[in-house]
Amino acid sequence: MSAQHTAPDFLADALRIARKDLLIEFRTRSAFLAATVFAVLAVVIFRFTWDPTAIPAFDLAPGVLWVIFTFSGLLGLNRSFGLELSERAYDGLLASQVSREAIFAGKVLANLAFVSGVQALTLPAVALFFDLQVGSGWGVLIGVVFCASLGLAAVGTLFAAVASNTRMAELLLPMMTLPFFVPLVIPAAQTSAVILRGQPLADAMPWFKLLLAFDLVFVTACLVVFPFTIEE
Amino acid sequence: MSRRLSVHDRGVVLMASVTATTSSAGSLPEAKAIDGFLAVSLLAVLAVSVRAIWFTPVDAMLGAAQKIFYMHVPAAIVGLYISCSLLAIASILYLWIKDERLDRLAEASAEIGLLFMGIVLVTGPVWARTSWGTWWVWEARITSTLFLWLLVLGYLVLRGAVESPESRARLSAVMGSLAALLVPFIHLTVRLFRGMHPGPVVLKPEKPSLPPEMLLTFLMAIVAYILLFFALLRVRMRWAALRDARAVLENA
Repeated sequence: MSAQHTAPDFLADALRIARKDLLIEFRTRSAFLAATVFAVLAVVIFRFTWDPTAIPAFDLAPGVLWVIFTFSGLLGLNRSFGLELSERAYDGLLASQVSREAIFAGKVLANLAFVSGVQALTLPAVALFFDLQVGSGWGVLIGVVFCASLGLAAVGTLFAAVASNTRMAELLLPMMTLPFFVPLVIPAAQTSAVILRGQPLADAMPWFKLLLAFDLVFVTACLVVFPFTIEE
Repeated sequence: MSRRLSVHDRGVVLMASVTATTSSAGSLPEAKAIDGFLAVSLLAVLAVSVRAIWFTPVDAMLGAAQKIFYMHVPAAIVGLYISCSLLAIASILYLWIKDERLDRLAEASAEIGLLFMGIVLVTGPVWARTSWGTWWVWEARITSTLFLWLLVLGYLVLRGAVESPESRARLSAVMGSLAALLVPFIHLTVRLFRGMHPGPVVLKPEKPSLPPEMLLTFLMAIVAYILLFFALLRVRMRWAALRDARAVLENA
């Protein structure tokens, strides 16, 4: 945040950027529909490659969920800066009063909303098709999904900015981000597994702490290094 | 990687050294056909391999397969610890100081680190097959090595995808700095799974459990691999300096 900007300014700017991105997405709905259709198709494919007599649903479901969340999230991330590059809209954004950190925060918020929207449709679909008895675990499961999605959105947005400067953004983004998603996806899947098996959350506490630590470290770090992704 | 300079390259080098005072590449290294340091380090690795194979006793429990240890562990020390640390430090410093030599150091460390990590990932399964009866296990240290290898590969692909040298240096330094933060997380994540990789045999609080002859070979191997790493790093950085100088001349 630059010196002359106060915290409320920063938040207001970030929300304005997020609103702009979400409005564009809402008007076209192309990326959201693509990500959702992909997610549902993936659920169906997983269902037909799965032998329910060999692996119980609650053992397979966490993996299915996180594979789908990760890849459908990537579909949205590419769009994040691709949007700005057409018609050189990014230059206008950079020339505005908005600080670079606020641009980043806004993009992260928009991507988080996008990913959460896809998840809001996928989670019930997986629960339905895999006949999961989540019961009272819904609240905790949604909390875990949100924490992991925050990290995914922060790291993904930063690398989307990096990749948008290259010749092969769509190919490069998964290559760069997936190793970074490992410390998010493994703990998220482990915690989801504990919830789906109906075990107490205390069993997954080390994993959950790792998830929170990742969010804290990487949201801060991405905010700090984001200005370096912009051509001066 | 290193290569012999063509006649055309030599001409460019000559021109570059004439204009070196004005070019941003600074003073250019001399182009030589044979690098003394590299030759010595290659001989050292060769000598230590000969010593390991023919003049070091065969392990009573693990048999001849144990000899992979003299290649696997030094390659891991060099590829995982030295090269990844250099990549991380050079990337963070680049964002701060913006010196292109740091960018070349990061690039060279990543490339040579990838090579040594590759050696670790190939020799590991060969040993595991004879000792554990399986090529691959998802054990903590093995898994972290694989992820690091993929991470560095992604870093190098990113470098290859950016055209302008200034953007390439800046963007790859962003990824290198974040990777430095990621390594402890990957380590912690995979450590939470239980491991079956052998523990340290030399750096233990109590006396090393290797017999003196094996220990000597092992220590010599570590020195030889470290020498080889720095020799390759030097050649690779020199090559990058020439390439950058050439790019400056071509754009002039």
